[in-house]
This record gives sequence, C-alpha cells and structure tokens, in this order.
Amino acid sequence: MIEKIKERLKDKIKEIKIHNERRVYLTIDRKDLRDVVNIIFNELGARYQIVTGIENFDNFELLYHFSFDKQGLIISLRIFLDKEKPEIESLTSIIPGVSYIEREVWELLGINFIGHPNLKHFLLREDWEEGLYPLRKGVKTDGK
Amino acid sequence: MANNKKVIVPIGPYHPLLEEPEYFQLYCDGEEVVDVEWIAGYNHRGIEKLSESKHYDQVTFLVERICGICSTSHPIAYCNAVEDLCGIEIPERAKYIRSVIGELERLHSHLLWVGLAGHFLGYNTVFMWAWKYREPILDMFEMITGNRNHYAMLRIGGVRRDIEDEDVPILKKTLSEVKGKIEMLTEAVLDDPVLAARLKGVGILKKEDIKNYGAIGPVARASGVDIDVRRDDPYAAYNLVEWKVITTENGDVFDKAVVRLLECFESIKIIEQCLDAIYHKKGEIWKEVREIPEGEGIGHHEAPRGEVFHYVRSDGNTTSPVRHKIRAPSYVNIPTFKASCIGETISDVCIILAGVDPCYCCTERIAVYDNDKKKKNYSFKDIVKKSIEKTKKIKEEIGKEGKLWKGLL
Repeated sequence: MIEKIKERLKDKIKEIKIHNERRVYLTIDRKDLRDVVNIIFNELGARYQIVTGIENFDNFELLYHFSFDKQGLIISLRIFLDKEKPEIESLTSIIPGVSYIEREVWELLGINFIGHPNLKHFLLREDWEEGLYPLRKGVKTDGK
Repeated sequence: MANNKKVIVPIGPYHPLLEEPEYFQLYCDGEEVVDVEWIAGYNHRGIEKLSESKHYDQVTFLVERICGICSTSHPIAYCNAVEDLCGIEIPERAKYIRSVIGELERLHSHLLWVGLAGHFLGYNTVFMWAWKYREPILDMFEMITGNRNHYAMLRIGGVRRDIEDEDVPILKKTLSEVKGKIEMLTEAVLDDPVLAARLKGVGILKKEDIKNYGAIGPVARASGVDIDVRRDDPYAAYNLVEWKVITTENGDVFDKAVVRLLECFESIKIIEQCLDAIYHKKGEIWKEVREIPEGEGIGHHEAPRGEVFHYVRSDGNTTSPVRHKIRAPSYVNIPTFKASCIGETISDVCIILAGVDPCYCCTERIAVYDNDKKKKNYSFKDIVKKSIEKTKKIKEEIGKEGKLWKGLL
C-alpha cells in the first residue's frame, strides 16, 4: 500500500517518514492538500480519522490522519503553516465529517479554514474572547 | 429559514432524561425533521491541554476519567500510542489481561445500551433485565481490579495488577451464567414484534454515509462496513485468540442492536480464551519504561462505541507530552445524524440519536406546534392505529416461532 501511495502521489510528497510498517507520516505542501486528500480518500478509499493541530516554536502543524483498515495502516499527512497567519483550505466539500474538527481546531488553535461554510464556535461559548486560543502554548490552564 | 412554519424542538442541553449535557436542535416541519443542529461543549474539560502539564504516568489516569462507561478504552489507546512512540512490545501475560479488561468493558457497555434503548422506547422490562445482568460483570471488575469503575489497570509497558489463579474459576463460572442470561435477553429483544416495529427500517445509514462521516464501531458494522481495529491493527491479545467481527447489512437501528448483542457473545469467547491462556502460568505483567524518547506515536483501540484514537508527541526532554490529541468514537458517530435523522419523524429521531450510543433520550419532552395544515399531524388515535398495524405486519413476517436470532449466531 505504501508503494501504491508513493507511486500515485509522486512529487507531491516532500518527505516520507516510515515510523514502522503501520504508521507512516507524509509531509506535503499546503497547496497540494485537496488533491492529495482526493486521491487518498476518494480513489484509494482510506477512512478519515481526525485532524490534529499542533503549535510549534516557529510554525503551526496540521496532521490529517487516514486509515487503511484492510492493511491496518495509518497515514498521517503533515502540513506546516505560517506562524503569523495560519490558514488552509477547508476539506468540508470532500469529507462532510471534517466540519466539526475544523471548527474545533479553529477555535482552540486559531487556524483559519478558508471556505468552511459554518466556521463558528463549537466547544467554546459563542461570546468567547476573540483572539484567545486556549490550546496555544502561551495560554495557561486557568485561561490567562 | 425558508418559511417561518418550521419549529425548532430543543433537546438539551440539560434534559431530565439525559445523563450528559448535550444540545440538539431539531428543525421540524410538521412531524418531519428537516435539519439537526448539534451544539456541544457543555462537558468540555480541556483534557488535551491538561495532559500537556501531567507526567506520562499520570496521563493514564487522566484519560481514564474522560468517560465513565468506556473508562479503560482511553488508557488502552493512550498506552498503545506511547508504546508505538517508544517501539516497545509488552509481555504476553499483560496482553491477555488487557484484552480481558477491554472485553469485560464491552460487555457491560453493550448491556447498558440495550437497557437504555429499551427504556427510551418505553420498554422498561428490557431496561431492568439488561441492567440486572450487567451487575455480575461489574462484580467481576471489582474482583479483578478492586473497582467497579475506573479500574486503573493500565500502565505504559503493561498492566498494574495480575489476575490471580484462584479468581479464574470464579470468573469463568460467573461468565457462563451471564452468557445464559444474555442469550435469553437477545432472544427476547430480537424476536419481539413491538421492538422490531419501532426499530426496523428506522434511521438507515448507507455505506457512503459511513465513509463521508468516518463513522466507526457498531454503527459502521451495522451498515455492512467490515472494520474493527482489534482485527485490522491487532494489539493486546486479539490476534492470539479466536473470534469474529459481527456485521449486518441494513444499517437501521435494529441492526445496530443486533450487532451489539451478538458482539457480547464474541466478547465472552475472547475473555474465556484469555483466562485459559493465563491460568496456572507465570509471567511478567509489565516492562519498565524509563524514558520516553523524542518522537510521535499513534494508538487506537476498539472501544464499545468504536475506535478511540490517541496521538502523542514527545520532545524527549520533558516528562509530559508536548501534544496529546484524543478522538473519541462519538465525535465521528454523532454527525451521522445529518444523514440518518433528516426526513424521519420526531418520535423516531429519539431512538436514532440513541442508536449510535451517545446515551441519550428525549421522547417525553417533545411538543409539536404547527399551523401549516398541509402537513400531516397525527392524533393519538392515529398513532395507536398505525402502530397496531405495523406490529401485526411484522409479527406475520417473523412467524409464530421467532427464530430470527438463532440464524444470526
């Protein structure tokens, strides 16, 4: 399966990290995300699992986890985003189920999803302070 | 809203019959539900953030407290993730013990759901039965772990407590008694014409809905999607014992009940084999893990409701995870409401919502007001008449001697 994905995605893969035969991480470019997800989700039939958002020292990182259940393989697509203005295209038109997690990543980490039809608060109150993203490293657990 | 005739029926956030705070808005046109809005966050405790300030060993206890019902699913997935990060293999005895705990939990959780589903439908006998027969399973938990809930059995590298040899015969005896009771319950539930009338053909999820929303667990398996983490990406002792994945084809609420009930028997099979494997044998139950190196790991576990997913990242310097992402199964199962509830009547939506097992009910609190005379509004008499007709029809289909469930085993 890994070979098949490699062959299908070719130069869209910037870096490949094979942690073991069941956990593979592919670094891709932001602009290729929709194409790559189309191939993995629609053509190769992977199951969408979840999106993980991470704040690093000098950038943001998104991991889109997909599972190939027959092979027991989890493919994670890694994308680095600009620290100053983190934004990325929404995947809601390809995978309807991704809508809630995009809202969650947006409100907790402040990553903007371009083209999301309903980008409003999901877990936090509607009157939550603008610009306060609780999952960022600078925010303490008491909310300050 | 296209016209002001649509009525919003709120369910939650704090509802007398809801065990958990959750809020659904049903947009209704007559009896028909045209849209559903899910508003969450009433139970948001910031576990992912908290985890970043706890020691790796403390996180095991923290994630155990995410949910009371599937309290050991999160620690199993978390330990799988950290063990994936470190690249360690746990001792065989620990594998068997993990499977025993995981499957006992599935048993009690599925019985809990069957009871609640019966209660939501106004069939309280099922509720009483299921919860009564769930009790010996909690006693087994107490015997093995010392707790009826929050078992604290998991640790990175293995398990905390051993299953003593003298307990094994008692556990096996209790299990065989429970098995007989569950057989009786299964027969009663699956051959009941009233339950079939309420559940068959209701809230159907098609295969593409499952794919689009990423739904998992019994919800996916009831729609014929053959996925199960225990078999697909084996961990613990699931590849060391004989069992099979239960799937059905129709995708309605009835099939979800069938899948859950039949899974109970598979769980009993797994537990029995695991107990046999550790009886009168010695072995390590955990392996010491002194350092968590830099890296990232993914672990998942087939919880009673579906796959629990944990992602852990370590920087190698600190004793806490740098990032810990948790995805519980209901997060992807609940949004399937969009596919299963729209177009159904309000009275059916309650059990459809409950069908994915978010532990949830509403029937009593719904009142419908509608001035649009074109839309159908059933009177009490109409509803009684309709239900009698449907029950009669299904009774004929099943036949006098209901042997449906035996064919499924």
